[in-house]
Amino acid sequence: MTDNALLSANDITKSYAGVDALKHVSFELRSGEVHALIGENGAGKSTLIKIITGAVESDGGEIKLDGQTLKHISPRAAKQLGIAAIYQQPALFPELTVAENIAIGLEQRGLWARIDWRERRRHAAELLAQVGAKIAVDAEAGMLTMPQQQLVEIARALGAEARVLIMDEPTASLSEEDTQNLFRVIRQLRAQGVGIIYISHRLEELPLIADRVTVLRDGCVIDTRLIPEVNRQQLIQLMVGRELSAVFPKREVVLGEVVLELRNVGCAALGVHDVNLSVRAGEIVGLAGLVGAGRTELASIIFGLTPADDGEILLRGHSVKIESPAQAIASGIAYVPEDRRRHGVILPMAVCRNITLASLDRLKSFGFLDFRREKEIAVDYTRRFGIKTPSIFAPVANLSGGNQQKVALSRWLVTKPSVLILDEPTQGIDVGAKAEIHSLMTELAAQGTAILMISSELPEILGMSDRAAVIHDGRIFGMLDRAEATQSKILALALGHELTETGAPAGSQTGQPG
Amino acid sequence: MKLGSYKREVSAALAFAALLVLVGFIAPSFFSATNLRDLALNNAPVLLVAVGMTMVILVGEIDISVGSQFAVCSVVAGWLAKSGVSIMLLLPCVLAFGAAMGAFNGLLVGRVRLPSIIVTLAMLTAWRDGLRWVTQGAWVENLPPNFQWFGLGQAFGQWLIVIVALLVLIGFSWLLRNLGAGRAIYAVGSDAEAARLAGIDPRNVVFGVFMLTGALVGLAALLNAVRFAVVPSNAGIGLELKAIAAVVVGGAAITGGRGTLAGTLIGVALLGTIGTGLTFMGINPFWEKAIQGGIILAALVSDVVLGRLEQHGRINPARTAAP
Repeated sequence: MTDNALLSANDITKSYAGVDALKHVSFELRSGEVHALIGENGAGKSTLIKIITGAVESDGGEIKLDGQTLKHISPRAAKQLGIAAIYQQPALFPELTVAENIAIGLEQRGLWARIDWRERRRHAAELLAQVGAKIAVDAEAGMLTMPQQQLVEIARALGAEARVLIMDEPTASLSEEDTQNLFRVIRQLRAQGVGIIYISHRLEELPLIADRVTVLRDGCVIDTRLIPEVNRQQLIQLMVGRELSAVFPKREVVLGEVVLELRNVGCAALGVHDVNLSVRAGEIVGLAGLVGAGRTELASIIFGLTPADDGEILLRGHSVKIESPAQAIASGIAYVPEDRRRHGVILPMAVCRNITLASLDRLKSFGFLDFRREKEIAVDYTRRFGIKTPSIFAPVANLSGGNQQKVALSRWLVTKPSVLILDEPTQGIDVGAKAEIHSLMTELAAQGTAILMISSELPEILGMSDRAAVIHDGRIFGMLDRAEATQSKILALALGHELTETGAPAGSQTGQPG
Repeated sequence: MKLGSYKREVSAALAFAALLVLVGFIAPSFFSATNLRDLALNNAPVLLVAVGMTMVILVGEIDISVGSQFAVCSVVAGWLAKSGVSIMLLLPCVLAFGAAMGAFNGLLVGRVRLPSIIVTLAMLTAWRDGLRWVTQGAWVENLPPNFQWFGLGQAFGQWLIVIVALLVLIGFSWLLRNLGAGRAIYAVGSDAEAARLAGIDPRNVVFGVFMLTGALVGLAALLNAVRFAVVPSNAGIGLELKAIAAVVVGGAAITGGRGTLAGTLIGVALLGTIGTGLTFMGINPFWEKAIQGGIILAALVSDVVLGRLEQHGRINPARTAAP
């Protein structure tokens, strides 16, 4: 086994700020093999790929290529060794031509050597022909379609004589025909002895293209199987099969009137279509789905960042038009965005100013800011939520991730919202702060706030929500009550599989996983 | 607030104090009443423009067209006075004209989302050459007698100009701190997307700041024009550089979000004094620009050094410990 391993990762460990992303992961890729890597969002796939391509360094373990241990791989070194990666979003330089894009990183001629344009174009054309792409070498990369750009990237990888090719969800935005074409290229590469690591959420395409599959969950390798020996059902089971590890402080709340209602809401620019959803006072609705399925996009529609171009949004039964965040805030909607460090708080600003930023109107006395009132509010919220800060005048940058998130939340609670949208509220924060934020949510719901919670963590969705809406491909694909929701059902819906009448994911005849 | 949050302003002030002490030792005559009055008068218009520039830089933009706007406003003020517009009406007219020019910048930068450096570079040449074409280089002469010093007499007029400039500085400094709009300026400059998510419309903030700057340029031009019997058509050349340099020396971050008007006052004072100070110390004034350049570089270097120190403090657990 090990002697024909092209690339092997042994006992890889990596943690970010105390959170384990990978725990003793071992993985092996043979030459001439397509090895699928699957797992939920946050299972550790990306981290593993980043370690193999040298983008991040592992804390422990070793990577071997042809039995040789690689020490301190840099992205450049990885490339030279023949490890290439192609991501979901092609990373070409849009203003450069196809030939130039292919030449970058391939030609080793030094900065001052004269460019041999004829040779450069000939080489590009040759590589493109190898992947069977009919693309003009002088076309600007930015003008190509997504699948064409992918082929250019594969051509570049070929030119680099890549022996390990990593493909991260390459078919996510491809049509059926383009997918088939891509598979043809992959098979051809496999025949040439290239080892391919293939990451995909589309489990149904694995039998068509992969030889083996490795399932990651919570930073651990759960199993590596031969593709003919597993079915989709077993794979889903392997991906989620964990019990709820945390106890969620969910409380029974008597639900009030419908506060937020979406009727056939869509926005073509964001790829969100025909969304029907309602949230009642005191209710927490979890919004599950894969990254890129349209969860954050839906939130940005409701909050007026990208106004809806279709359908109707109702607040307490009245149709409202929300075209800017300011209007959303005025209507009582609050949105705690996903990318906390970038958009949830303003890092160089003081804690107190961050807390009051969305409610400056409330601070006015005779048109001017009332600093005493600001201080009172800031002291009140820092105390209530236990925000650990040297002072309310310290910049938020000095706080830990969990405390920054509490500041971001406080900012919105000061506005006394009737609808609170939380986008990945506990992503990347430690367990203690996580529990505090969960109990805060429970309390807000008990006070009658309607909460829409986007989360990639299925236990969080299951533990905190009264209902779970699963979004797939820009549409609400399924709605599960708290009682009937299970990890495998949510995941099946998120992957785009209809549930059968018994509520089981389609394709399973017997033995419904709990 | 603690002095620690104003490190950059404090270091600029220390540099200014050091300069004054040095000049005081070598050439005590520097501190004569006439000299100080001249310094104050010459720098009052720069200060007014720098107040606007501070806000522009706080939102993360730049306006290099202020010098040309200044020339246009000066000539417009002269023409209006000559055509018989009363002295009382002169001020609102010139302010409005300046605001309109600033609003045009604001429209292109804030709404159309063009880069401010290019927009204002275009405006710098457009206004300057447009003015040259219209005036054919001629100065505005034969102004009504009550134009100079607003007809208030030189002694009082001089006081008025300096006091107005200082009042504007203090007023804006207070407003930046005490108005929601002031808070919004800092928020947009720190992180425009985060500000947008907090319900602030960065487009309006940027527009407003450019418009205000135009109005302040108009005020500066008028207060400067009334000092003389004629209005030159080539006023304000290099004014944008003086204003930007003063703001940067005063500790504002050129990337936006950090800076104070107190710092800008110190910056204007430091850069405005150095030339005269050199002359009094018997150093060839040709060195003035070189030394000003050195001061700007020193300010930028100390900014980076202070920034790194703060970064270091940021990862020092002692500072993030419990309250």
